[in-house]
Amino acid sequence: MTAYIIRRLLYLIPIVMGVLLVTFCLFTLVGGDISQQIAGKNADAETIAEIRHEYGFDKPLFLAWDSQFLAHFKKAFTFNFGRALDREKIGEKIFRGVGPSLALTVPMFFGTLVISISFALIVAFLRGTVWDHIIVFLCVAGMSIPYLSFIIFGQYYFAYKLDWFPIFYDPSRPIYLSIILPALIGIVAGLGSNLRFYRTIMLDEVRSDYVRTAFAKGLTARKVLFKHVLKNAMIPIVTNTVLSIPYLILGSLLLERFFGIPGLGYLMIEAINARDFFVLNAMTFIMALLIAFFTLVTDVCYAWVDPRVKFD
Amino acid sequence: MIDLPTTTELVKGRSLWSDGIRRLRKRGFAKVCFVIVLLYFALAGLIFLDGVFQWDIPLFDWQETVGPSYQKPWIQYEWTPEGQELSETGWTIFGTDFLGQSTFRKMLYGAKTSITVALFASVISLLIGVPMGAIAGYFRGWADDVIVWLYTTIGTIPGIVLIMAFAVVLRTQTFFGIEIKGITAVYVALGLTSWVGICRLIRGEIIKRKESEYVLAARAMGCSGGRIIFLHLLPNVFHIIIINFSLRFVGFIHAEVILSFLGLGETDKPSWGAMIDAARTELARNVWWEMVAATVAIFFISLALNIFGDALRDCLDPKLRTD
Repeated sequence: MTAYIIRRLLYLIPIVMGVLLVTFCLFTLVGGDISQQIAGKNADAETIAEIRHEYGFDKPLFLAWDSQFLAHFKKAFTFNFGRALDREKIGEKIFRGVGPSLALTVPMFFGTLVISISFALIVAFLRGTVWDHIIVFLCVAGMSIPYLSFIIFGQYYFAYKLDWFPIFYDPSRPIYLSIILPALIGIVAGLGSNLRFYRTIMLDEVRSDYVRTAFAKGLTARKVLFKHVLKNAMIPIVTNTVLSIPYLILGSLLLERFFGIPGLGYLMIEAINARDFFVLNAMTFIMALLIAFFTLVTDVCYAWVDPRVKFD
Repeated sequence: MIDLPTTTELVKGRSLWSDGIRRLRKRGFAKVCFVIVLLYFALAGLIFLDGVFQWDIPLFDWQETVGPSYQKPWIQYEWTPEGQELSETGWTIFGTDFLGQSTFRKMLYGAKTSITVALFASVISLLIGVPMGAIAGYFRGWADDVIVWLYTTIGTIPGIVLIMAFAVVLRTQTFFGIEIKGITAVYVALGLTSWVGICRLIRGEIIKRKESEYVLAARAMGCSGGRIIFLHLLPNVFHIIIINFSLRFVGFIHAEVILSFLGLGETDKPSWGAMIDAARTELARNVWWEMVAATVAIFFISLALNIFGDALRDCLDPKLRTD
């Protein structure tokens, strides 16, 4: 087991290198020298040269001790990403965004989990009936409506028209007030695909022999569902849950943008509008690192829980 | 006495495809969905041909001013076109936008934008993913290691972040004298980031099938690796590619909406994403029809593609059946 974990940890090295290679190609080789864009249209040659020097665009790309290629790796390994285009330190910006992002995504995540798993258990029990078909159709219909439409309509109707919730995030009021509506919209918008996913998992279990045995020995439906089926369905559910943890930190780009929540999603969208490659680069790297780590955790948990998984 | 047949009839075997299509024919609802998808494609094709041959079909002329700004749908109105003295009566299905252009015509044109994006993105990711997956699965060894490393790396970066990073960097770049702008940036970004899933899938399938008898026979006859992959193995996993892409097409259409909203999409022609984006400011003035038109258009093609894709999967690959 220890050897397996060490091997998996070592395999992280080429992956992290690969991510850095991709971000280097994208933001430095293809994106290139953006000093002109930073300086503005009417800048003189001197200002541009100064900016080029400050951001290191005047350094050679490869094959030198102070090359941009090595600087890119150094930045990532020391977690010192320098300053964004608005002169603020990128590390501080990201650190500040984690809180609001988690405040939105964590309630959304647990809400989705509880609602879709309990619905999925009921739907799995109803399988083959008209209700099952209607619910599956509604799920697909929900998946077919664009996410943006959910957000725009929800914000317009519940915040603007009915005035039940604040339209925008207001720092002077308690944060949960501004979180309720976006979280609810997120739960409703994701319900279709989540319910369908968990229904498939539950159906795989409901068809198994142990369920037939449990019913045969006279257990009630509720006992079979919650004591037997749910326990066995836990493995795919936990996998799915652990793998979505990094995305919680990333936040919800569109919801944060619409409701003005100053999280990491909002930071990304600001960076895109400003064409701030430095912030995008740092965000991409940190997210990739988190996902690689949580994938490893999932795999190790798998090996630990399920004795059939081979360690190679 | 039993009536024995006098002649033996040769029963022709059914292929995977004819079997699948026979099963698909029994599903009425899937057929309806297929017709809806075909209609969308026909519409997009017609608009494309209209642009090339300049047929000037009035319904596709989205730039024409057909009424006053923000005219409500379904209501007859009187207005005076610019430069004319007499007033006209007009009527539109989905009302007009800020410039007085017909929302319905913009919605129709949006079908072309969306389907172009989804089609090109699919082609790009297929051209990258399928050969790479096949090579990795068939030859194994160092080629496999490199390709698996590459797709694990790309797969480690969250999809939406990668797509946005590609779109924002590729925009306004020039490659081989071609400037990447508008929807080109969208489908190149989508195509370059979405090949991972199909590559992984094809690799797994090829590994499963490379020891089957027909491949061994081909190898014994001296076929080259490339011939076995492209003429023997890929035709046998083709249904997996079709299923995967009928379902992924929906994802591309929805991604186009999000990228257009972020200002990374089409800028001077209508698209469903741009229409929904416009609704952000319009809703406060009670102008709901532009968002509804785009949402309805996206809803029906997504629903049809989702249901048809699921039916296709159930019919062509019974082992993958989910319900």
